[in-house]
Amino acid sequence: MSQVTLTNVKKVYDGKVTAVHDFNLAIEPGEFVVFVGPSGCGKSTTLRMIAGLEEITSGTIEIAGRVVNDVHPKDRDIAMVFQNYALYPHMSVYKNMAFGLMLRKMPRPEIRRRVDEAARMLGLDQLLDRKPKALSGGQRQRVALGRAIVREPKVFLFDEPLSNLDAKLRVTTRTEIKNLHQRLRTTTIYVTHDQEEAMTLGDRIVVMSAGYVQQVDSPLGVYRRPVNRFVAAFLGSPPMNFLEGTLRRDSGIVFQGAGVRLRLPDAPGLAAALDKPVVLGFRPSAMSERQEGKFQPPPGFARGDNALRLRPKVIEPLGEMIDASCETDTGHRVIARIDAREDFPLNQPVDLYLDMQHVHVFEPGEFGRNLILAG
Amino acid sequence: MPAPATSPRRLTLATSAIFLALVVLGLTFVIPFLWQILISLSSLTDVDLLSQTGFPPVLKPGNYPLVFEKVDFAKYFFNSFFVAGWVTLLQVLTSSMAAYAFSRIAWPGRDKVFLLYLGTLMIPGVVLMVPNFAVVLALGMFNSYWGLIIPGAFTAYGTFLLRQFMLTIPPSLDEAASIDGAGHWRIFTQVILPLARPGLIVLAIFSFLGNYNSFFWPLILTKDDNLRTLPIGLLAFDSTYGRETPLIMAGSLMAMIPPILVFLFLQKYLVRGIQLGAVKG
Repeated sequence: MSQVTLTNVKKVYDGKVTAVHDFNLAIEPGEFVVFVGPSGCGKSTTLRMIAGLEEITSGTIEIAGRVVNDVHPKDRDIAMVFQNYALYPHMSVYKNMAFGLMLRKMPRPEIRRRVDEAARMLGLDQLLDRKPKALSGGQRQRVALGRAIVREPKVFLFDEPLSNLDAKLRVTTRTEIKNLHQRLRTTTIYVTHDQEEAMTLGDRIVVMSAGYVQQVDSPLGVYRRPVNRFVAAFLGSPPMNFLEGTLRRDSGIVFQGAGVRLRLPDAPGLAAALDKPVVLGFRPSAMSERQEGKFQPPPGFARGDNALRLRPKVIEPLGEMIDASCETDTGHRVIARIDAREDFPLNQPVDLYLDMQHVHVFEPGEFGRNLILAG
Repeated sequence: MPAPATSPRRLTLATSAIFLALVVLGLTFVIPFLWQILISLSSLTDVDLLSQTGFPPVLKPGNYPLVFEKVDFAKYFFNSFFVAGWVTLLQVLTSSMAAYAFSRIAWPGRDKVFLLYLGTLMIPGVVLMVPNFAVVLALGMFNSYWGLIIPGAFTAYGTFLLRQFMLTIPPSLDEAASIDGAGHWRIFTQVILPLARPGLIVLAIFSFLGNYNSFFWPLILTKDDNLRTLPIGLLAFDSTYGRETPLIMAGSLMAMIPPILVFLFLQKYLVRGIQLGAVKG
């Protein structure tokens, strides 16, 4: 039995604006699911509907097998961590963490035990008498985490909890959250617009846009097998390269356009798109200067079939790798993340080889389907 | 970067001009009080001479104890305090509850009702005097503390002020409390009210000062001397005993002490409250 189940959940504001369309998802006990997407995609609205802070327009939400559509937030057995911490400014750290337990009339010794244990776990044991204003951003966020932990709820809900932290602290706190989940194994739903957070934290990722679920898969699944161009573009940094062109039949299926000619592995979905406009997609890391290993042409391909002739314009060294911002013959931009070398030539034509296992072909448009998977 | 050589001089001149203007403005506020003190220390016969001499020939500090002897000043003082205190307490209570409903609970037609509520502020108090009086009379509250207190216990202004204040408290606090297990009453008393304390203090000050100085309502509503508040009680020196200006001034000065103390101790909240109304209004 899944811990949280959303069936055809829909949210319409004022009878006009649909924030979430038919959301379906089953979350297993102990699973860490991340809702990710750009601002306004409906991820926070969905989380708030699960929390009971927003009414649902239609559909059902179940928590631990119980339909909670009309159940008050306090009776859903959930705990939520907010983006702005939402700590009670007039209460001490201890009281902030204990407040929910006091309201549930838990015996004082038990409250003390739970708060002390959570405080120890989060390194807050020296700060219990302080007010939130006397804490740093990271400490406040840990108090918010502590407040959620002491409740020992069935489900943790996180609404962009790291957005207000600086970059360094965000990474540290992210690790703490992951560590915490591994220790507690509480079902967790986490909302973020940061794809890196989504990739590093989630057992599964739900990519959303414009109120629709675009894809639900493991982090590697959405990264390697994006079902449409939106998902492909949203995840990955630097983002996936896209080149517009047409598929032709010429000793196999060939992509032609944007100054590039590339032979593609046969796939049923591609055959259906012959002579139609398509968008070729490949990640910067799917390219190499050396035609070896996974960058060799697939069996049956000629040596140049997976080669792109590019002119590097700007080099950004990253240590072991470089990001080379290149142009095709027709001036289309392609970013390549390849092994670093000092003497990488600028403005000279260079052949880069593609890992053909990770080349995608999409239908045109922002949400164009991935034709390779569609087949 | 160093400032141009002429700017400090210009600045000084400008500052001096402003300073001078402020001093003149300040004096226009202070001089009436000084004049009041001088009159309160004069004998009745010397009052008219003050405008020529500028200082009483004989100081009469005895005017102050005389006020207590001639009228029941302590009773008036108590009445003013008692009425203003209760009205303040009830206003803060009712306004904060209404403000919570208008700022933290989403209910159909909320904003329209609030506009109506706010619209009552546009009706001059004098217009409401007669209907209010009729209601109080019908309820049998004439010539009683009830009549002095109850009509002042509800105020659209206080609701407006506190609503604006509560709107600045992040809604996520209510949501967090709601998930923690709190209902509306608990969110109101344990989360919102403590955070709205500066707003409550501002309303309490405004309410106390307004009601402490209230003149017209206590005048028409009280008949017995033992129900009179300070502003009405001091009228005695202008009627029953003739026009005893020094005693009126001495009484007024003593009556001013509590409001001045309130202002001195809580002025930082007053300024904040005025700014709040200005920005959010």
